Amino acid sequence: MTVEITVTVNGTAHTATVEPRLLLVHFLRDVLDLTGTHVGCDTSQCGACTVHLNEDAVKSCTVFAVQADGTEVTTIEGLADGESYTPVQQGFWDEHGLQCGFCTPGMIMTAEWLLKQNPDPSEAEIRAGLAGNYCRCTGYQNIVNAIGAAAKAGR
Amino acid sequence: MVTSNFDYFAPTTLDEATSLLSRYRGEAKVLAGGHSLIPMMKLRLAEPTVLVDIGKIDGLSYVREDGDGVAIGSMTTYRELETSSLVKSRYPLLADAASKVADLQVRNRGTIGGSLAHSDPAGDLPAVVLAIGGSVVARTRRSSREISIDRFQVDLLTTALHDNEIITEIKLPALPSGTGTAYSKFHNPASHYAITGVAAVITVSGGTCTEARIAVTGAGDKATRARRTERILKGKELTPAVIRRAASRAAAEVQDTLNDDIFASAEYRTHLTQVHAQRAIEEAAAAAG
Ligand SMILES: Cc1cc2nc3c(=O)[nH]c(=O)nc-3n(C[C@H](O)[C@H](O)[C@H](O)COP(=O)(O)OP(=O)(O)OC[C@H]3O[C@@H](n4cnc5c(N)ncnc54)[C@H](O)[C@@H]3O)c2cc1C
Ligand code: FES
Ligand code: FES
Repeated sequence: MTVEITVTVNGTAHTATVEPRLLLVHFLRDVLDLTGTHVGCDTSQCGACTVHLNEDAVKSCTVFAVQADGTEVTTIEGLADGESYTPVQQGFWDEHGLQCGFCTPGMIMTAEWLLKQNPDPSEAEIRAGLAGNYCRCTGYQNIVNAIGAAAKAGR
Repeated sequence: MVTSNFDYFAPTTLDEATSLLSRYRGEAKVLAGGHSLIPMMKLRLAEPTVLVDIGKIDGLSYVREDGDGVAIGSMTTYRELETSSLVKSRYPLLADAASKVADLQVRNRGTIGGSLAHSDPAGDLPAVVLAIGGSVVARTRRSSREISIDRFQVDLLTTALHDNEIITEIKLPALPSGTGTAYSKFHNPASHYAITGVAAVITVSGGTCTEARIAVTGAGDKATRARRTERILKGKELTPAVIRRAASRAAAEVQDTLNDDIFASAEYRTHLTQVHAQRAIEEAAAAAG
């Protein structure tokens, strides 16, 4: 069986015919060529694949593309406006919130959602908010600093 | 990882969804938040040939007053539970337990109906709903029934639900005045699943405990009432000695099915269950008083 779906990604509606078992992350990467969303663990743990689905941060390796039919999805590619970064992106730049960068798209998408829910989080709240995002390089401290800086800049 | 192939239906009404389940009975599975089912399908531990996605049906996501109690739609997410003012005021342990599930991305997708239907031995909400009491409303194409939560969890990953039924609602009873609640959990640091979790709902009147429902998850094969613990608490003043004695019996009911794995040995789980039973009972008793 194949199913026709229409998903609005970063403001543009895309229609495609897909197998129901196609995961949202592969729809984004392989069908739409939006490779900013990464696959880390593929087992719902690491958060590298985090995108916003109708404004909620979700792990796109644990959503079928067909479930996203009729929804709006935002990926890391949808954040910056030309050369102008969001406060979270700027925070990662300024605070050196990455090393290899593999976890970064997921970290940023989670942080964007976190600050929308709670514009003034404590360090503990930032760390709790990142429970579903793994980084194998940084030891997290600069990531936490980056999100703190973004919160400050956003206020 | 790629799941095996399946046919996918996304009905927009419950009637359509239940008809599909009847038509494909035995082959079809309900897809709710997908955060237990999709991982299992990726590992090919589950290979349904038909999925009936109930995520496109309007009106299955709500928390509302229902007579004296509260009714919760089966597609209500953990995130909605942890932020609901009604849940926070009426069943603080449910809001607290929901906020302790996994991580925020999982909480944005996982549902109360899915958690109960899946009956993961390490799931949080099965124990919490068991401690609150109440019932699960299940519908087929032709009929609807209420299953008492005390009869719902049957075995490992197994419930009283038939394969043509959809959970539509969870009904929680009003808790009498003088009731305190708590959920205490020791979580796996990676997944946040419960290595052990104890939910306590305790009513105190005139200095004595008149009602106690204690449920344990994570330790055994399913969420289970700790009835020996409840019996020790009931009719007594909840002194530290009584609470300690009651908590020491908390793992008794799951003794025969104790999990013993790379995360925690059976002996360690027994100990953790006692520790968290004591904490949950103390906290619930303090809130009741
Ligand atoms: C990384 C990770 C960490 C997790 N950590 C925790 C944790 O700490 N604590 C915890 O409790 N859980 C945890 N979970 C599990 C999570 O809570 C699941 O979301 C939940 O167990 C299932 O709910 P769901 O809505 O996703 O159901 P699904 O995965 O869609 O369905 C699960 C099962 O229930 C059936 N089903 C679902 N809804 C209904 C319905 N309305 N009627 C009939 N049958 C139905 C399905 O057919 C399927 O068999 C974790 C999951 C992940 C991926
Ligand atoms: S790739 Fe999705 S959570 Fe790791
Ligand atoms: S920067 Fe390398 S994994 Fe996070």
